[in-house]
Amino acid sequence: MIISEDTIEYVAALAKLKLEEDQKDKAIEDLNRILAYIDTMNELDTDGIEPMSHAFEVKNVFREDVVTNEEETEALLANAPVKKDGCFVVPKTVET
Amino acid sequence: MEVTKWGAKELSDRIKARELSASEAVEAQLAQIERKETRYHCYTRVLAEEARERAKEVQRRMDAGELADSPLAGVPVAIKDNICTKGIPTTCSSRMLKNFVPPYDAAVIERLQAAGAVLIGKLNMDEFAMGSTTETSWFGPTKNPWDVTRVPGGSSGGAAAAVAAQEAFLALGSDTGGSIRQPSSFCGVTGIKPTYGTVSRYGLIAYASSLDQIGPIARSAEDCAAALDVISGTDLRDSTCIPKESYGYSKALTGEIKGMRIGIPSGYFGDGLDPEVERGIRKAADVLASLGAVVEEFELKAVDYAIPAYYVIASAEASSNLSRYDGVKYGYRTPKYEDLQEVYLKTRSEGFGGEVKRRMMIGAFVLSSGYYDAYYNKALKVKALIKQGFDEAFQKYDCILGPTAPTTAVKLGESLSDPLKMYLGDIYTVSVNLAGLPGISVPCGLDSRGLPIGMQLIGRAFGEKEILRAAHAYEQTGEYLFAPCTE
Repeated sequence: MIISEDTIEYVAALAKLKLEEDQKDKAIEDLNRILAYIDTMNELDTDGIEPMSHAFEVKNVFREDVVTNEEETEALLANAPVKKDGCFVVPKTVET
Repeated sequence: MEVTKWGAKELSDRIKARELSASEAVEAQLAQIERKETRYHCYTRVLAEEARERAKEVQRRMDAGELADSPLAGVPVAIKDNICTKGIPTTCSSRMLKNFVPPYDAAVIERLQAAGAVLIGKLNMDEFAMGSTTETSWFGPTKNPWDVTRVPGGSSGGAAAAVAAQEAFLALGSDTGGSIRQPSSFCGVTGIKPTYGTVSRYGLIAYASSLDQIGPIARSAEDCAAALDVISGTDLRDSTCIPKESYGYSKALTGEIKGMRIGIPSGYFGDGLDPEVERGIRKAADVLASLGAVVEEFELKAVDYAIPAYYVIASAEASSNLSRYDGVKYGYRTPKYEDLQEVYLKTRSEGFGGEVKRRMMIGAFVLSSGYYDAYYNKALKVKALIKQGFDEAFQKYDCILGPTAPTTAVKLGESLSDPLKMYLGDIYTVSVNLAGLPGISVPCGLDSRGLPIGMQLIGRAFGEKEILRAAHAYEQTGEYLFAPCTE
């Protein structure tokens, strides 16, 4: 059992999630079952194999660093849950 | 006239021939949606007024002599709700994005509109495309038009069901681990995931960026090819686009597959495969052979480990991609909070559903210090071996044939309680995404319960033309089977 109660709390914190007590046991059980299955990967010998991020050879694609869009502040702020004076609003994060 | 039974390209041809107007096509489609939608729930939003306006505009363009070469001129097209549409809510079937209205169109939407297609609605899906049944949608499940007690597959379940129920002529879905092909198989329609880099993902809400790709679902390979002709092409706004010499897919449908070499991985016919599905695939293989293809079995290496590698890589990328939902810039924000940490925690815990949370936690775990090498790096090595296996196979074969899914459509409610069981249903599709290859699901008959069976043809990188040609040639040997929903 690789996922303990401590690990599930750690992993939830990494994912910025808060699990209720009753969700925790189910999450521990699910993740342990899934990870036990994922561990079957270890049957495959991958010695000397390079990890592959991209299936095809990819190159950086460059373009000129110029502004092509118009002023869109209003359109972009339209979806903000809370806004004020052209800015997103969040609770105070610094002590004064 | 049974307008909604026509193919997309056929509809466009008839509009061009002035048998009916673009507006009449839209009205026929809206009437069918009106009749069927309460039963199947394919859509998250139907764009009736927008479509009526757009149809008039498209008709004006056609009357002015434009769009003569567009295979989709005047065709109503439905869009999975993870593809951004300017001014039209794009929800990912999540509470998190329930009220999100994109300020821009996805590249594929721009291309469809330039080609004179008419957006008819946004389609239901598994939340953030995570799921294989469309049951994880915040708006509730879509039902399979072949049997409403069964799932349509997922995550593009609304798309496949809409096309099967004649609630859409053509739909765009997305496919990260099988999300176009598996629902196409369950709903008896044709869907293709193009090679990674063929279609711009600009405006596709990200799940796992190294695997995501947009593609069409329709009732024929011909309509899929027509849609790909319109939506493929490079785009500076998606740096993973790979330029190609030719995007002319429709021209590849010659009906001729004599001498085409088709390999069937013998390992595909193992434990867990429904014997009726196996029979369906073997029969389809015989049909392809009778058309002159050379069909033989072979060993495909490493594919047994595709599911574990996929769930590590996809979950890792999801945990990173979905960290953007913080309740600040757009989307849901919890109503009650004291400080910023609480905004994050409560917003995300209330805004995301169970499957999305599960994958974000798997992702956070496999990327965490101490486990990164054992899980994430290991999965990337398995991916390299899977790619190698396909590379070797494509030195001998033009296409690889197998089932799309190990079963036909499962009952509603069976998968939600057992995520691992649901993941195992992706066995034939995820390897294709890991290797970046194109794959098409084509209906190949029904099982004894009357449910559609799907076969998958996998092509080499940028081998869309071969698999479309084979799918088209196969489809020419029989009539399209409509879902029994024309009561």
